[in-house]
Amino acid sequence: MQLILEIAFTHIAGRGRQTLVAIIGVAVGVGFSIAMAALMEGGQDDFVEQLVNTMPHVEVTDEERSARRQPAEAIFAVTEISGLRPREDRRGIINPTAALAWLGGWVPGRFAPSLNAQGVVRFSGREVGAAIVGIDPQSERGVSPIVGEFVAGDFAALTAGGNNIVIGDTMAERLGAELGDTVTAVSSQGLTRNFRIVGLFHTGTTARDEGEAYVLLKNAQILAERPNAVNKIRIKLDDPNQAPAVARRVEAELGYKAEAWQEANEALLEALVVRNVIMYTVVAAIMLVAGFGIFNIISTITHEKARDIAIMKSLGFAEGDMRRLFLLEGVVIGLGGSAFGWALGFGLVYALSLVRFELAATGQEMTRLPIAWSLLHYLIASGFALASAAVAGYLPARRAARQNPVDIIRGAT
Amino acid sequence: MSALIEAENLTRVLHETVPVTLVMDVSLTIGENEFIAVTGPSGSGKSSLLYLLGLLDRPTSGTLRVGGRDAEPMGEGERAGMRLSMLGFVFQFHFLLPEFSARENVEIPMRKLGRLSRPKMRARAAEILESLGLEGHIDKRPDQLSGGQRQRVAVARALANDPPLILADEPTGSLDTKSSEQVFRILEAVVRERGKTVVAVTHDLDLAARMDRRIHLVDGKIEADESLASAEKH
Repeated sequence: MQLILEIAFTHIAGRGRQTLVAIIGVAVGVGFSIAMAALMEGGQDDFVEQLVNTMPHVEVTDEERSARRQPAEAIFAVTEISGLRPREDRRGIINPTAALAWLGGWVPGRFAPSLNAQGVVRFSGREVGAAIVGIDPQSERGVSPIVGEFVAGDFAALTAGGNNIVIGDTMAERLGAELGDTVTAVSSQGLTRNFRIVGLFHTGTTARDEGEAYVLLKNAQILAERPNAVNKIRIKLDDPNQAPAVARRVEAELGYKAEAWQEANEALLEALVVRNVIMYTVVAAIMLVAGFGIFNIISTITHEKARDIAIMKSLGFAEGDMRRLFLLEGVVIGLGGSAFGWALGFGLVYALSLVRFELAATGQEMTRLPIAWSLLHYLIASGFALASAAVAGYLPARRAARQNPVDIIRGAT
Repeated sequence: MSALIEAENLTRVLHETVPVTLVMDVSLTIGENEFIAVTGPSGSGKSSLLYLLGLLDRPTSGTLRVGGRDAEPMGEGERAGMRLSMLGFVFQFHFLLPEFSARENVEIPMRKLGRLSRPKMRARAAEILESLGLEGHIDKRPDQLSGGQRQRVAVARALANDPPLILADEPTGSLDTKSSEQVFRILEAVVRERGKTVVAVTHDLDLAARMDRRIHLVDGKIEADESLASAEKH
């Protein structure tokens, strides 16, 4: 075996240029597979992250899944009630303090109550329809998508209390208002109240930047004429994948509709599955092409060695020796190529991670390519390359070893 | 004198679209310390017979005994083992492994056999090469040697494991007259001085006339198997 190993290394070292070409071929295949996998998976992760980060993982609202049953329906088997008009419902989560305390006992994550009310924000004669969200700044920090996205002012300014409001920069633009201006909020109940703008945020989600205004919970309750009411609890979990389970438990206990992000974005997740399929297809195709390249180079080298195989057989080497020899050569080239391929792949991924570009649509967002760094990419790419190299060394060697050496010797003379 | 090779009714047919008979009903015995020329026109089956005797090819029918052992039931590995220890080949082209030096080319069969220690192998390889007039070229690679030198390395390689039988297929066929004479002298010395048997296929009748025994083939059959006068010289 040591002799076979030595012959393999001499073969490889003795053909400098050919070996170099083969190793570069493997390296390019491995490197580009790694880079493409990193890019594809990075894009995927980025997409999910954008989706998951901008929304609460579980949203408990004061709605119920089905209409409330009439007591008569529960008692009598056959009941028909017609012309019924439901009692005017004071919407809101009943006893929010108890509900929040109960959530605090077990939910693995953070949550915040809020009161969402429809209204209009008015400034110097201009009006913009807005969702006025009453929040508790302390707990809001844990769940809010806007906290880190301020372009002017600060989220902390809300905490100070008083009649302060933060709005999106697009809304401010449409109103013609700036930081420090006083705007008027009008609720659907017809109440008005003046607020000073203490912060402008830009999340990149147009609906949010243009249509949401955040005030203190108390102020929203006054505007909506619903003292102490809360109509939404947003939960951010440590692990977003637990959302459906948490939602089910909350819904069972509180009786209100609790929607996990997966449920709210079913269509998007379906699109994600399609994206996944596309991603794996593309990565597999790249690997396959790289694999064929590797196979091609190594099997060419092995074919060129058919004469040596015949000679060595005439010297007294057995077929098995020849198969082992060329399998070994394929594996050594595969290993060498993989090592360079890792370096190349790492370099490519690093270079890609440095690329920044402006999003033309808004002209102000700098984005970098989303990159997933994963050892798995390296292992899969080199595993694939090694397998192709081994097969590429083995198959032609097996054929040449089986062939009668006489045919090859005759062919050469 | 015991027989190295005993062949009875050896026939080799190539099964192409039209079956081609390469060797037809050949029976012969080859003993120790013989110097045999196999002659005949092109396509008369000289090389095919040599490959059959050398266990590189299998006969279609007939029996073959090499070193007293029946070759028929031998497996691939066993035949390889016989080639390694019993036989040495020299072809028309040197067929050296191009990445290895002359000495390494001679060492490879020894290392495959593994009977000697590494230092002894090195010493033996150098000794054989020097005895064939290659001192000073031992560590050169084949592409740094002349045609005659390469062929002498090939002979040295055939002698590496000290086999009793050397099979040569047109050993001087691609050499100029001077190198050809040199290689012939070496083969002759292998018989006279080392006591081996050399079977050489050749179409050079002058060279054949200087050997001890001539087997003449026509259309795959032995037409003449005669001892030559030169044999009496020794």
